[in-house]
Amino acid sequence: MGIIKALGLVFDYLKYDEEGNVEDTQRAIDDVSLDIEEGDFIAILGHNGSGKSTLAKHMNALLLPTEGTMWVEGIDTSKEEKLWRIRQKAGMVFQNPDNQIIASVVEEDVGFGPENMGIPTEKIWKRVDDSLKAVGMLSYRNHSPNRLSGGQKQRVAIAGVMAMRPKCIVLDEPTAMLDPIGRREVLDAVHELNREAGVTVILITHYMEEAIEADKVFVMDNGKVVMQGSPREVFSQVETLKSYRLDVPQVTELAYELSQAGVKLPQGILTIEELEEALCR
Amino acid sequence: MFKDITLGQYYPGDSVLHRLDPRTKLIGTLAFIISVFIFHTFPGYAVATVFLAAVIWLSRIPPRLIFKGLKAIMLLLIITVMFNIFLTPGEIVWSWRFLKVSREGLSLSGRMAIRLTYLVTGSSIMTLTTTPNQLTNAMESLLRPLNRINVPVHEIAMMMSIALRFIPILMEETDKIMKAQTARGADFESGGIIKKVRNMIPLLVPLFISAFRRANDLAMAMEARCYHGGGGRTQMKPLRYAMIDYAAFVILTVYLAIGAVFRIVGI
Repeated sequence: MGIIKALGLVFDYLKYDEEGNVEDTQRAIDDVSLDIEEGDFIAILGHNGSGKSTLAKHMNALLLPTEGTMWVEGIDTSKEEKLWRIRQKAGMVFQNPDNQIIASVVEEDVGFGPENMGIPTEKIWKRVDDSLKAVGMLSYRNHSPNRLSGGQKQRVAIAGVMAMRPKCIVLDEPTAMLDPIGRREVLDAVHELNREAGVTVILITHYMEEAIEADKVFVMDNGKVVMQGSPREVFSQVETLKSYRLDVPQVTELAYELSQAGVKLPQGILTIEELEEALCR
Repeated sequence: MFKDITLGQYYPGDSVLHRLDPRTKLIGTLAFIISVFIFHTFPGYAVATVFLAAVIWLSRIPPRLIFKGLKAIMLLLIITVMFNIFLTPGEIVWSWRFLKVSREGLSLSGRMAIRLTYLVTGSSIMTLTTTPNQLTNAMESLLRPLNRINVPVHEIAMMMSIALRFIPILMEETDKIMKAQTARGADFESGGIIKKVRNMIPLLVPLFISAFRRANDLAMAMEARCYHGGGGRTQMKPLRYAMIDYAAFVILTVYLAIGAVFRIVGI
């Protein structure tokens, strides 16, 4: 069993009428099973409303499954007494950087998680130093978050999660509100954590480019996992992806159009360098 | 435009007063306010003046900033002084038609003026040398005994510090919404007070919706980071009294003792 495993996961959002009776249910996750290995970099793709954020919230026990089971490091997330352990093992970074920074000073925000876990003071400082260093924000430790750029704020949020020493971090569209420079900063930081600290990363995104460097890609549509595999396997199926209202990375798209037009190219080209090499052959 | 606002009126610095534990400053301010009411004679006020002057000098804050706070209470001060001068009965020293000034009135209004001025100056020094967050921490720590009678001290302090963090963000948002609504023809400037208030509705509705959304997001982010109230929590920056705090408490005790002695002796 991997670090995160779901079996037959179903989640319904309930809509209540004025008397509090269930009026309508909306199935956000529909029979999802997946198994994520420790140390992997996973990307979960899907357009708006495909259920990817709902799935992410299950990995942190913020939502509990209606049916089926979710395990984090072998612990069933529906076990209430293990709740804080699960949340510490699987950290979560959200979309809006402003709405997840709690303190008015960067270092105090990073210390918030360890404080909640009851870590002794001196050890909190060590963790704060280490995490800020890991995301390259150490020199901003005494700044107010209000004066940082979006990318910097998001890196502070990641440091805040890292200070809890999680085995796995789930990032729910962390770059959706950022400019291209901020997106790059955040992705670089996340990749570095994955490589250097061996943290399992689950990146939820709708930017295809961000999924290229992943070890494994899951594509979600209508609450179901409809495709999974290596980025190359997934992106070589251009037509299928388009039917789920997703784009492929620009280079892949170009290669696909070229091969449609009769140029002989291998399938699943992901980077400019690969296309260049294939064309020059 | 709102990005650079500083909440409260903290004046950054590294003076002895800035380095004092916020709890010491809070207690000190309280003691000073009490002392101003214990002293009721002019020699007593002289002692308070020396104390206040020494504190101002120690804080290294430009006096102009400290006295700025007085402007706000100027009107209140003038009214209080006037009422006390003219309406206190006693030995008449000066009169003109219905206006009578008594000796008692003069001394009472003088005392009132000194008390009000010192009160405001004293608390300004505290807010100028302490950040709002330090004040929140100090209050949490000082009010902790109230936990026993089920006052949610930690939760109140947490709400205060979150409010402090979000005020600039919401101000920025207000500015943004205002510009967006103005661009679509909303008018926030003209009309009387009632019309102006009514014109605020298109500003307040989106602002409230966004504030609730932020609150929801923040609550989820806090839970994801294992926040579960004050129980079992440690602190990254726990408040600790240092040598200067003990020194400050000794000085305060001596100062209050002088006040008590003056009162008993009747100087």
